[in-house]
Amino acid sequence: MTATAVERPIEGPAAPYVATYRAFAGNGAARAPAWLRDLREAGIARFAEVGFPSTKDERWRFTNVEPLTRSPFTLAAPGMPAGAREAVAGLALGEPAARLLAVYVNGRFAPELSSVGAAPDGVVIGGLADAFERQPEIVRQHLGRHAAVEGNPFTALNAGFIADGAFVHVRRNVVLEQPIQLIFVSTGGTAAAVAHPRNLIVVEENAQASVVEEYVGLGSQSYWTNVVTELVIADNAVVNAYRIQREREDAFHTATTQSWQGRSSVLTSVTLAFGARLSRHDINARLDGEGAECTLNGLSILRGEQHVDHHTTLEHAKPHCPSWEVFNGVFDDRSRGVFSGRIIVRPGAQLTDSKQTNNNLLLSEEARADSQPQLEIYADDVKCTHGATLGPIDPNAMFYLRSRGLDVNVARNLLTYGFGAEILNSVADEALRAQLDGVLQRRLEESLQRSTRR
Amino acid sequence: MLEIKNLHASVEGTEILHGVDLSVGQGEVHAIMGPNGSGKSTLAQVLAGHPAYAVTGGAVSFEGKDLLEMDPEERARAGVFLAFQYPVEIRGITNAYFLRSAVNAIRKAQGLPEYDPIDFLDVLQEKLQAIGWDDSLMNRAVNEGFSGGEKKRNEILQLAVLEPKLAILDETDSGLDIDALKTVADAVNKLRSPERSMVVVTHYQRLLNYIIPDYVHVLADGRIVRSGGKELAFELEEKGYDWLRPETAVAG
Repeated sequence: MTATAVERPIEGPAAPYVATYRAFAGNGAARAPAWLRDLREAGIARFAEVGFPSTKDERWRFTNVEPLTRSPFTLAAPGMPAGAREAVAGLALGEPAARLLAVYVNGRFAPELSSVGAAPDGVVIGGLADAFERQPEIVRQHLGRHAAVEGNPFTALNAGFIADGAFVHVRRNVVLEQPIQLIFVSTGGTAAAVAHPRNLIVVEENAQASVVEEYVGLGSQSYWTNVVTELVIADNAVVNAYRIQREREDAFHTATTQSWQGRSSVLTSVTLAFGARLSRHDINARLDGEGAECTLNGLSILRGEQHVDHHTTLEHAKPHCPSWEVFNGVFDDRSRGVFSGRIIVRPGAQLTDSKQTNNNLLLSEEARADSQPQLEIYADDVKCTHGATLGPIDPNAMFYLRSRGLDVNVARNLLTYGFGAEILNSVADEALRAQLDGVLQRRLEESLQRSTRR
Repeated sequence: MLEIKNLHASVEGTEILHGVDLSVGQGEVHAIMGPNGSGKSTLAQVLAGHPAYAVTGGAVSFEGKDLLEMDPEERARAGVFLAFQYPVEIRGITNAYFLRSAVNAIRKAQGLPEYDPIDFLDVLQEKLQAIGWDDSLMNRAVNEGFSGGEKKRNEILQLAVLEPKLAILDETDSGLDIDALKTVADAVNKLRSPERSMVVVTHYQRLLNYIIPDYVHVLADGRIVRSGGKELAFELEEKGYDWLRPETAVAG
């Protein structure tokens, strides 16, 4: 059935990708095991069937991907671009000797830029392509099992091109102090290129780890990152998952993060978006064990013509699970932010306690934010709340700060900074928080400088 | 210290203050009482410089300077402080950070060196000790998720740290139970000094059992209709405000 779908002639913007897939599948990728070939086939078949989403689709109502479809992106080549080492050095956290840093260039693991030697026993940090050979059982058990290709056309497209990406495995009972940092560098190249990194992070029972996923771009050519991350958190494991999207401001970024949580596990997810011209990130969390806890926080700081869409789905599948979700956005110039917060409480997921908040600050009259909460509750003993705010800086808050002696610019900056700081405060790793605080402060200074010129 | 002469003010085109006269000397505590809608809060907001209120007539001088000419932040730096009736929540900014920003803004204007975060902790501890409070509110976001009592306490804490020459307390007692009221009033009393004047705006006489004013004024329909000593507060408690209204009518 999948074969017929792919063989059917396809027209429109999806066609070049299906053609590229055929070349990819018939070339080096042909040596892959059957299960992996099936996974790719199912992915591309789904993408060929649905194509790029349109704004007529409810889930894409606020995000038009048309700019992405104007001309096809070639499949990014592996490589060692100029400036990659410097870019990585500027982002690396902690002492060099203790670092757990893995770098991926155009979606391919780059060992020469990585330093994972300090990883303790029971911890694997590296590339998915290597894991196909070294830990095939774990990969096969989880890859593609959580992020459904039906969920999103870009997830399907990514599945078609599964080749490499981050692989992290933390064995049961291992407690990691140092955060694992995964840096994804896109190089652009001579033609507009797309990379499809595929990431699998598996944290076993009773283990603890922090993982930082970071997306950056080099060069001067526009590019597209289409990434899928599956995050498996077994019973009683504790995971901090930080994600920083600071692509170049002419880049495209489409992403799905799908987490799965077992009994009494704890996930703190903090997603930050500063970059990209057009970014769509689906963040799906499935709480699939009793007493699992999930914090899903996010922040967008946008300017110019940037468009960032965070689509979150929190799925309460088992009873006694609390979840907290706060997404803040600060939008300047003509930028636009979209937040969709779907909370699903499955039958039997009693005593779910879910709280969702979305705050949007508009710094310019032309900036725009859309907020879309969706509650789907199929159990009868649950607590779900949601709230959203939208608007310019509150004049009463301005007056309050001015009445304490702060001048107008300082007051405005402080109120804006607070939107970001509220989310950064949920980053437990101090070095990372300080680094991100620096990014936030720089963005606000630049914004303030532009607004005083305006 | 503060001279208010024939002050008229309006909000959204409706005049609320119809000619307020009030004189507050250094170190004096004046209570302003009045029924709902009498203009008490408007007076407090106008003195602090809220941009939503338009001054349409009269004059206010503070230490000989024209207060109405000054921006809200200039008034704060000159030593005017308003404890808000409804303190504003500031997300993501801790109380400690906010207080340090405010203190440093004022110190900078006075030509004094600014405090770094470590020095400021000591300053803060000292101020907290002076009013007998702990630092439990310090690392929470400003007023966010605070109870009504905590918000009012937080205003008084700012008063303690910013050390104004003139403190205007706008219904600091509203919504407080008796224990919270005593805690707040006790701190305010510790902050009284011969150099610091206070204007205590309140709807209820109860607060004045704990903060004993030097003078009591009754504001009704946008004017001060009666002034007296602290015993005027007891008279109001007994008789209510209605007996003052005919006098307003005559005066008006």
